[in-house]
Parts: sequence; C-alpha cells; structure tokens
Amino acid sequence: MISAQDLIEKITSAATCDDCIVVVRDKTQANLRWAGSSLTTNGVIQERSVTIIAFVAVAGGMASGGVTLTDITFDDIPALLEEAITAAKAAGPAEDYAPLATNVSIGNWAAEHVPTGPEVFSTFAPALGDMFSRSVADKIELFGYSEHTHETTWVGSKGGLRLRKDSPVGRVEMTGKSHDRSRSTWAGVETRDFKDVSVTDIDVQIRQRLEWQGVKVDLPAGRYDTILPSGSVADLFTYMTWVSTARDAHEGQSVFSKKGGGTRIGEKLSNVSLQFFSDPEFKQLPASNFVATDVSSPFSSVFDNGQSIKRVDWLKDGVLQSLIQTRASAKLTNLDFTPLGENLVMSVDGASGSLADLVKKVDDGLLLTTFWYIRMVDPNSLLLTGLTRDGVYHVKGGEVVGATNNFRWNDSPVSALSRIAHAGATEWTQPREWAGDMSNMALPPLVIKDFNMSTVSPGS
Amino acid sequence: MNKTVDADFLALPLAAVSDAAISTAKDAGASHVDVRIEHTRNGFLSLRDARPETQSDESIAGVGVRVIVNGAWGFASSPEISVDVAKKLALTAVAMAKTSKPLSTELVSLVAEPVYANQMWVSEYEIDPFAVSDSERKDRLADLSNRLLKSVGVNHTSAHTMFVKEQKHYADSYGTSTTQQRVRLQTQIEAISIGEHGFESMRTLAQPAGFGWEWMGNKHWDWDAEIAELPTLLAEKVAAPSVEPGRYDVLVHPSNLWLTIHESIGHATELDRAIGYEANYAGTSFATPDKLNTLQYGSKLMNVTGDRSTPHGLSTVGFDDEGVAAQQWDIIKDGLLVGYQLDRRISARVDRDRSNGCAFADSPAHVPIQRMPNVSLQPNPTGPTYDEMVESMEDGIIIKGDKSWSIDMQRYNFQFTGQQFHRVKNGKIVGQLKDVAYQATTTDFWGSMKVVGGPSTYVLGGAFNCGKAQPSQIAAVSHGCPSAIFDKVNILNTVAEAGK
Repeated sequence: MISAQDLIEKITSAATCDDCIVVVRDKTQANLRWAGSSLTTNGVIQERSVTIIAFVAVAGGMASGGVTLTDITFDDIPALLEEAITAAKAAGPAEDYAPLATNVSIGNWAAEHVPTGPEVFSTFAPALGDMFSRSVADKIELFGYSEHTHETTWVGSKGGLRLRKDSPVGRVEMTGKSHDRSRSTWAGVETRDFKDVSVTDIDVQIRQRLEWQGVKVDLPAGRYDTILPSGSVADLFTYMTWVSTARDAHEGQSVFSKKGGGTRIGEKLSNVSLQFFSDPEFKQLPASNFVATDVSSPFSSVFDNGQSIKRVDWLKDGVLQSLIQTRASAKLTNLDFTPLGENLVMSVDGASGSLADLVKKVDDGLLLTTFWYIRMVDPNSLLLTGLTRDGVYHVKGGEVVGATNNFRWNDSPVSALSRIAHAGATEWTQPREWAGDMSNMALPPLVIKDFNMSTVSPGS
Repeated sequence: MNKTVDADFLALPLAAVSDAAISTAKDAGASHVDVRIEHTRNGFLSLRDARPETQSDESIAGVGVRVIVNGAWGFASSPEISVDVAKKLALTAVAMAKTSKPLSTELVSLVAEPVYANQMWVSEYEIDPFAVSDSERKDRLADLSNRLLKSVGVNHTSAHTMFVKEQKHYADSYGTSTTQQRVRLQTQIEAISIGEHGFESMRTLAQPAGFGWEWMGNKHWDWDAEIAELPTLLAEKVAAPSVEPGRYDVLVHPSNLWLTIHESIGHATELDRAIGYEANYAGTSFATPDKLNTLQYGSKLMNVTGDRSTPHGLSTVGFDDEGVAAQQWDIIKDGLLVGYQLDRRISARVDRDRSNGCAFADSPAHVPIQRMPNVSLQPNPTGPTYDEMVESMEDGIIIKGDKSWSIDMQRYNFQFTGQQFHRVKNGKIVGQLKDVAYQATTTDFWGSMKVVGGPSTYVLGGAFNCGKAQPSQIAAVSHGCPSAIFDKVNILNTVAEAGK
C-alpha cells in the first residue's frame, strides 16, 4: 500500500485546479465480541479512506467537489482529480466558501501509522476469560464487546497544508444477566490502550447491580427526581450537540432559535453554574487542534480544513455561549467562528463526589443505568424519547431499596439543564447509545428533577 | 435493464484472491473459509434551500476472510485486493481463531447449503445512478426544491438523495462462488415553515427502494404530484389544532406502518437476538424460541413473511453472504409466530436444517451476521381500498409518513410520530392534527389490528440505515404493507409530554 504522505504529494502536485486538499485516514482495529460468556466474533481490521477535494473558481465564486476511495494507485490519480473537479463544477459556487488555509504544518507528518492489533488485549483477554469462568460458575451470563482503534489522519493541500493527527481509543462494554435473564445490568469503560482496564472492577460492579435487583418494586409512570450516571448525561447531551448548529438556530429551525429571529446565545439555560465546552488542551481527553473534514455539512466545511480549534465554551456559567459554526455560517450569523471540537466536557461549579454520593442526596427518586433508543420527537423543544435499560433502581432516603421496571421517557436535555438538583464530579465516561460515535467525553453524574417517565416498559 | 455485473469489478482477480485465501486458510487448519471481495459505492447529495450543502462520492473496497478453526471464528480484512494480501489475511484470521479459542466455549458450526458454483446475479434497475451526471442529479433536486420555495408558507427546504451500488464476490471452501451487483436509491424532500408557531416541517412520502435513477422520474413515483400538494399540507398542519391525547382508532398508512413493522416485528424475529447474541447492543426479543408456534403476535388478520427475493426490495439478493440462495418464508401466520430470520450459524445453534439466507455484512471489514430480510405484512386479498377504509371509520386519525421512532431493547414498548395526521369523523377527513405520537406494546398493537387493506393499498417501504452488531453495521431493508386500521391506540400530545 502506498504511504499516505506519498499519495498526498502525488495528488496535490498533479492537481491543476485552483487548490486541492487530500484527506487520508488509515485505521486499524482489533475487536472481540461475546455472548452467553463465550466469544462470538472477533476481527482484525485495516481500513483506509482517501478523499480528494478539488476547489475550482467558477462564475460567482469558488466551488468544491470531492471523491473518496478506500485505496488508490498512482495511476488512478488523474481520473479521480477529474471526477472531483467535475463534481465541483456541477455544484457551482459554494455557500460555505471561505479562504483556504495555506502553509500550515502540525504533527509528525512523516511518521507511519502505528497499527493496533490483537496484542492490545494481551492482559485484558485472559482476565476476561477468568470473568467468563466465574460467571458460568455463578449462573451469570455475560454479553459484551471490546474494541481498540487507532486512526491516523493526514490533511495535505496544494497550498501547503501538512497536518497529521492520531486518535487511539478503546472501550469495553459488559452486560450481565442472571436469574434466567430476569436481571440485567451494564458497565462501560473507556480506555486508550487497555492497560488501565480492570476487569475485576467491572465484575464487582456487575455483581453489585445484579444483587440490587433481588428486590423488585413496581413503580408507575410519572415525573421522578432521576439520577443519571455520567454515561447517560453523555447520551443526552450528545443529542443536544447534534442540533447545535448556528445556521439552523439563526434561521429559526432549532431549539436554540430566538422567537422573532436570531439565536438564544446569551440566554441562561441552566439553574446551576454549569460549564460545557470543547478544548484540545483538556488533558484527559486529547483532541486535535485543527479542522479536518472530508465533506461540507451543517457541522463543518471543507473550506475550513486546517483552521485552528481552540477552546469553545458552549455554555458558560449556565449561559448559552456558542453554537457550532463554519466560517461561512459565522459570517452569516455575525458571530465568532466556533468549530466543533473533538471532545466535550461538562462540569458544575463546586460539584464533587461519585454516583454513589449522589444517591445519598436523593430522598425519593430513581437511579438509572443507561438510556437506550434516543430519538427526537419535537425539534422545537428538543423533546427526546427513549427507554431506560439494564437496571432502574428505586432510591429512598439516600439508599437503593430495590429495582423497578423500565420506563419510556419523554424529556428535553435543554429543559433538563434548568432542573439540575445535584451534580457529581466530572469523569471520563462512555455514552451507551452513541458509544461508537462519541468517545471523548467527560461529564458529571446529575440528578434531574421531575424527569418525565412517560409509560412503563415491560422490557427487561 | 442491466444483466451483468460491471466489467471493472469482474476485472478484479476475484477467483485468484479467493482461491488463495481459501487454500492458505485450509492449509493452516481451518475447517471452514469464506471470502468476500467487495466494492460498494455510496453517493450522497444534499441541498439546502435548493443550493448544494453536502456532496460525497465514497467507494469502499477490500477483502474479508472468515475462518473456523477448532470450532472458533477468526476474521481479518484489508482494503488491498491482491493474492499476497489474501494469503496474509487467511493466516491472520486463523491466528485470531486460535487466539480466541480459549474464550470460545460455544463451538461454532454451520448448517449445510447446496453448492452454487460461478453464479451471477444483478438486481432489477434501469439507470445506474452513478452514470447520471452530477449536474443532472443536482438540477433534479434543485427543481423540486424550487417549486416548494415558490409556495406561500414555505420558508426553507431540505433535499437529499442517497444512492448505492454494491458489488460482492463470495467464495467458500465448499465450492460456492457468487458474484452480485445491486443498486438502491433514496430521495427525501422537506418543506419548512417558520413563524409564530415556531417551525414545522413536512417531508415527501417517497420510499427508498431497489431502483436506479429511474426512481427520480415520475414513472415509479409521482414526484410532481407530491411536490405540488406538499405546501398545502404543510400550511394545514401549521394551522391544525394540537391533538387531544387519548385512545383513537388509527388508520396507519404504509408510509408509516413499514417502520412499525421494522421495529416491532422485523427486529423481534431475528433469532440471533432472540437467543441473546445482541444482548449488549441492539437488544434481545420478547419473541423467544420457546414461543414459536404458540405466541399470538397479533390479530388473525396478521400474515407476515420474510424474503430476500421481492423485486426492488432493499434486502433482495440472489445469494446471501454465506452462499445461501434467496428464499421466502412465513414469520407470522394468522397472527401466530411461526418463523424466524436465520443465518447458517444460528440455524445450527438451534438445530435447524437450513438457513433461510439472512447473512449480510455491510463492508469487507465486517463479519457477516444475521440481518433483516424484507419483512412484509401481507394485504388481505379481498380487503378494502384506502378510500373504503377511510369511509369505514367513525372517529379516528390517519397517520402518514414516518418521523420519530423508538422501541425498547426487547421490542415491547414503542413510540412513533409521523409526517401527517388527518382527523376522520363519520368516514370523512375533516382536517389535520399536530403534535401526535402513538405509543403501544407490540402484541397489544398488532392484536388490535381490525382491518387490513386490500392489494391496492400495498406499498413497499423501507430504510437505508438499519443498525445492528458491534462493530456497528448498517443494512438496507424493505417492508411491504397495506394500510391497516387499529383499534383504540394510545395517542400522546408531544407538547404536553415536553411539559408545556
């Protein structure tokens, strides 16, 4: 396979269009999947994508067009450049046009991609096998998945961009079921290299939660003070992030649109001093400090490739501060250019303690394990629906007193911001539903007042 | 009509690469080997207010080699299609199987399937969407968008088209060798109104299907008529009263019912999830194997089939990704659960004789798993027309078009919204409603189906984006269904649910 750097040099030097950006992503992955305490599938995966973006001056402005392939040879380059140029001309002048960055170098351009492989599981896999053995002996069934991925991205251009970033990330997900599958719980752990994954800790957590389900309490639908683990907070606010584009808000098509025009930036949305930001300098969640995108969309623009990413406060002290911008939408909305970064961090001033500490602060409420199947119901209010999954616990007097039924919920993360009763310390966490999409999130567990559990779900 | 797989895919060293992987893996101790060489091209174009916003043209190609060694799976893949790489992948897959053996207490075996040597299959389409120029695609979407933008009450539009050409060569150590090509396309156009009411939208009801660019003419779907009526429907919806929550008879149109079928029947009758293979991710199913032939899933009017052979179906193939020939079978007969979706491994696990051909992998980098066939509710051969169904309703709501969807991990409790909600009184449509969602338990809902429309009401709906498995895989699937009337369904008001 031709090196990414050689490909980029050949393509950009062959490009006759006004400018040309090439994005090469080399990805390697090893994964294990299990069910019924036995491995079901596994894989060692190598993937590549090569995106050629042509920029062509046309009547009325600058156009862009792109083509992406898994793997290409030098002989393919002229035809692919022609395809990208043709796509650009067909598209016409781009609405997201902004001057392209030139002559920017970030990262170790020349270094090769360092592949990951099954050896990353060298200590994890035997420990997993031991957990399987213990679970079988104790009539617990384990279902789960572990994955380690390393993706290297190179962005090069005819105009002198030479950018490189590396994103190694892994995760473990574990579902435990017992008592003929009438009890079910889940634990998730994020990692960079699996050296810090303690299977023993996962086992302890699974067993404690299954034990809690020994006492069953039926509860009706209704509004409950609800303790959300940090992973559920991540699922909820991932969705909010996905509808946080400035142009939609500016044009009246978003929960962040102000009645009568404009956006809700400057409006206090939270009842507590809450910070929600992206920051490439945040130590626990290393993230790229430049824009790298293959296609234009409401979230990013190919014209912004190579622009620097700095800390962006989405909410500061509970006040909406920024919405996701391209440079073109920033101009349209007359707001700062605030690109979406590669991590999301939430914290509440003065908050401390773990999920267990939050339980002690709740007199009568619910403790969730995870959310599932979250979808938008009403974009005006960002009303979402979803289910609780793998364990809902009734909390009385600051203690878990038993497990209750699952619920279908209907609530809005924007509304929930104004109903925060308690918050814990911010921690690196794994969303459940969006685990494959979002891996760089640190948020606190939260207690949301009057969370709307719309109906009881018989699912378990 | 295309009859052959494209020459550029056939020009790849398909036999040499698959033979090399199979012989290398067998020599290294594999009892089973299958190889997929794939090339999938995904096109996407979106327009915002009739101007291009996103354009992509992505090709994914590569080789995936899967083996069984001593009853354990091993898998490896690469984007490079060559004999040397195939040999390396075979050895990596065998090594992975040996490494994973200590964790694999369940011995993997596959049920038998006749050998199909050198088979070729191409789906039914007329115009390769990738043979259409970028300009023609953009101009078609821009024209439809501009017609909407010229209408009073339409402030913005959003339009997109997705089109896919999938080419697969499959070969296994038993001697089966298939080469297939299929095409699919989905286009949606949305009109948006902004005002004192906030923002409201209405989208076209055109369904995705296994067609080429011919889908975008007016021969198979009347785009002109649908675009012409969309602004009026949107204006009605904006002015409509908010629904009073409660229980209503609902006539669910196929443009909405396909998704309810997908979520509450399609996924619930995947046998791999019913026995727990998806328990950590996609979920399980209330329709467990012990309920086969005893579970009354719905009313006696309910007949549901699975197939991989419906013309223009999104799950339609000649052979699946384990070399099993396409079939059709019953899943629910007269309301009773009688069948499941199977692949070769799951069939062996539950002592079935043969797979019904539901294996699919969405990329050479992913292993084949049991994926959904076309799962369809059959019309009543002597059932009423749509107009007759409306006339039969005294007091109810018609629901058209899909929007929001959600169901629990055992496929019991679901909630759906839609694009259009028409109030019916005494057999007449008296206007639209808004803020409507319906919520039910699967068996209650299907048990309440009291009228099933005739063949004239039948439409093939579906989705491009059904997710399952880890690493996550996406599959396209069709669901045909007639209109149907359900008794006293729980209707929610979504504004009230938001606490406003």
